[in-house]
Amino acid sequence: MTTHASAAVSVSLTVNGREVERTRPAQLTLLRWLREAGFVETRLGCGEGVCGACTVLVDGRAVASCLALAVQVDGSEIRTAAGLSQDDGSMGGLQRAFLDHGAVQCGFCTSGMLVTAAELVESGEPLDRDRVVAALEGNLCRCTGYDGIVDAILAAAGAEAPSP
Amino acid sequence: MSRDEVRTSKADELRVVNRPIGRHDAAEKLLGHTRYAADLDLPGMVHARLVRSQIPSGRLLARDVSDAVKVPGVVGVLLGEDVPNNEVWVDVPGQTTEVRALKASMQILATDRVRFHGEPIALILAETEDALADAEEAVRVEYEELPVVADPAEALADGAPLVHEQGNLLAEWAIDRGDVDAAFEAADVVVEGEYRTQLIDHAYLEPEAGVAWLDENGVIVIRAATQVIEHFRDVARILGVPASRVRVIAPYVGGGFGGKEDMTVEPYLALAVHRLGRPAKMVWTRQESLLARAKRHPVSMRYRTAARADGMLLGHDVDITSDSGAYAYLSALVLLYSAVHAGGPYRVPTMRLRSRTAFTNNPPTSAMRGFGGMQVVFGYESQMDRLARALGMDPGELRKRNAIARGDELPVGQRIETSVLLSETIDAVTGRAGPKPSPRRPGTAVGRGIASNLQSYGRLVWLKDSASAWMGFETDGSLQVRIGVPDIGGGQASSLVQIAAEALGASLDDISLHFGDSALTPLAGTTTATRQLYMSGNAVLSAATQLRDRMAEEVAAETGQPAASLDFVDGMVKGLDQSVSLAEAVAICIRRAAPVAVLATFYGPRGTEVDRQLDSGRVFPDFTFGTHLVDVEVDLATGRIRLLRYVASHDVGRAINPQSVEGQIRGAVAMGVGQALMEEVVVERGVNLVGGFFQYLIPTAADLPPIECVVLESGEGMGPFGARGIGEPPIGPCAAAVASAVEDAVGVRPTSLPITPERVLACIDRAARG
Repeated sequence: MTTHASAAVSVSLTVNGREVERTRPAQLTLLRWLREAGFVETRLGCGEGVCGACTVLVDGRAVASCLALAVQVDGSEIRTAAGLSQDDGSMGGLQRAFLDHGAVQCGFCTSGMLVTAAELVESGEPLDRDRVVAALEGNLCRCTGYDGIVDAILAAAGAEAPSP
Repeated sequence: MSRDEVRTSKADELRVVNRPIGRHDAAEKLLGHTRYAADLDLPGMVHARLVRSQIPSGRLLARDVSDAVKVPGVVGVLLGEDVPNNEVWVDVPGQTTEVRALKASMQILATDRVRFHGEPIALILAETEDALADAEEAVRVEYEELPVVADPAEALADGAPLVHEQGNLLAEWAIDRGDVDAAFEAADVVVEGEYRTQLIDHAYLEPEAGVAWLDENGVIVIRAATQVIEHFRDVARILGVPASRVRVIAPYVGGGFGGKEDMTVEPYLALAVHRLGRPAKMVWTRQESLLARAKRHPVSMRYRTAARADGMLLGHDVDITSDSGAYAYLSALVLLYSAVHAGGPYRVPTMRLRSRTAFTNNPPTSAMRGFGGMQVVFGYESQMDRLARALGMDPGELRKRNAIARGDELPVGQRIETSVLLSETIDAVTGRAGPKPSPRRPGTAVGRGIASNLQSYGRLVWLKDSASAWMGFETDGSLQVRIGVPDIGGGQASSLVQIAAEALGASLDDISLHFGDSALTPLAGTTTATRQLYMSGNAVLSAATQLRDRMAEEVAAETGQPAASLDFVDGMVKGLDQSVSLAEAVAICIRRAAPVAVLATFYGPRGTEVDRQLDSGRVFPDFTFGTHLVDVEVDLATGRIRLLRYVASHDVGRAINPQSVEGQIRGAVAMGVGQALMEEVVVERGVNLVGGFFQYLIPTAADLPPIECVVLESGEGMGPFGARGIGEPPIGPCAAAVASAVEDAVGVRPTSLPITPERVLACIDRAARG
């Protein structure tokens, strides 16, 4: 029988600008830590690091939160998809572009897609379709066929994209 | 050939419908507000997990939970004996007159026999998720392994071990239309082929999940990821309580595609609540979902096709076998769809069809997007290409010559009642694509393929389908809509808002739609069978029209204007002399004791149940038609396929939201390309070898070219504003189009899916050998 009696540890993270401190078992994944803390917009799709639905930004870098332990990133700055909204709670540029380009259907991949897209767009590197497609390889979507997502990211980055 | 008359009504008069509007649910999903089934926790909640069979076929000698119940945090472990009605019966239609009243059964928790790898045996309830994992390891199951039936051919062989005592044959369908033998004798050309499709998983991103609780009135409430809130009745039967004591709520669902049409977590959550009186939560792992949730049927098909020298079809002789897996689920109906769609979107004067589905010890198979109508496209379109080759005809031209038209009958006897723009979709994709590209690199070949299809929308007519919707104005002129539609991501809810806004002139922001609750929203039927826009769209349009007409009467009487002169637009009831706001119109109605709310029901067409021998006339309400074109590049050394270009065209009747229509087409193409090139649930002697998402590859953005859509609008559908259903139809042509393109590139056609590099290399080898 496995034992789950590992010691509880205190982890402190700044999530979407808010400092959160929780004392939880050491083996807790970052995904579960975030979801237990109420950031349920970060989704569990596979738990294997394959689908990308749980992607969050850890100090600006996109990470599959189902594979990282919360203790490993103690003290980090985390951004989830909800952290891409504007301060007044309205949609940020990426979110607006996703809406306009039909990049959302069931929405379950959307949080992870947005976060991966944010890392890419905020990097400031010049984007074209091939670059965006390559960046999205770790994020699965079963609904949209990806075109709307790719177009939305290009539009948000100010790169050339077909109008919606 | 008489050209089908096409009504191409322009939609100029529409204000909200037919516009590409960003969906209100998409905005909430983007902001991170949406709470899916797994995103809810309740105080005092227990967690639930299934213990599943580790073998595909065996007798259960012992199920020992004595250690498991001692695991700290474990509240209980339930076995089949703890389920009030553990046996669930499925009606198998159409097999009645010659055989017997055939019913197939399965157990909620297996008590003495397991028939597939992953079958549920015990239900663990615990205070924490971690305790679940410990308890799962502590449940001891002893099996006596029994022979495994690994495919339908084995299942139907003489002396095969019985998967079920009643026999391994679950259902058969047959068509005998016209004199097939005479047609083949008269034929100038006969082509023949065998085709195989594979076991496919829905692979939506949201695993099966739900939370259930007991409410203040003694009603068990289940909030779960489902396409069918009407399962409250099935749950009630299992518990042995009145149907009115169970309520199912469908929050926004993270993808369905048929995989959340049958029950998944619902009965287990209900059992936990029924037993403990405490809230319960169950979330399946991805591995569980891949292991044990019902999948798409593998189908093997043999087609012989007779035609004249000018390409006109004379007849098909078709044999279809599908693998039902260990339990019946919807296999008989899926096979019926295969039979009805087997001739494709063409005039087929004669047909002999035999089909059967058999029990095996493989994972159960059931509904998935395209529902039997999609597998046969790989058969009939391969035959059309063979015919074109044999006759030296252009594949598009051959299809156009044979295109079915309004007034023609399908081999099953159903008459096509709406216009068919099949030829237009063929012209649309070839026109958009232009000339076939040349190979850009040495060692590669480029090929082009097209494939067309038809796919029904709406449920089988003998299922007596209906959908109800309620809507009512608030005193400030805003509108509430209540309708029991589960929204599985296709824009089911937002399209209904658009329709209500169109009919009543209310702004989109002033409309709230409450959906997917079996107790509080009028039942609108399942989000399956490409039926929601058609059925619920008509229900909402009907309710809105009734409400508008009634309010117009009252406003007319109050203002002294003819009701017919009143226009509901921009939040106003506009008249020639006097206009009032919607809020004022509501006040007028209240003053005059007239209703400001209405409940409307839309009824689908009725028909009689089919028998095994299919010659029953109408089976479905209507069909959607389309054509896909794909250019592929084949690496001749490795067999690797790259899609260069993909164009899809469907007549959608009327695009209620063009953005959603294109989304359905693109998503279906991606899923279809996955089936064509890479996806397969690998099962070896009943053992499911797919251990996770890393072993079940679905297309990524890098696997697909931009998917170009050419949406045609005949205005001829049976849905609101002349819409046809588009959820399932675009998955049909994909695999056939890709196979056609590969054949064009390398000279030999792949006939089994998925078309892996190994299979492409085999085609190249065969081409080289001549």
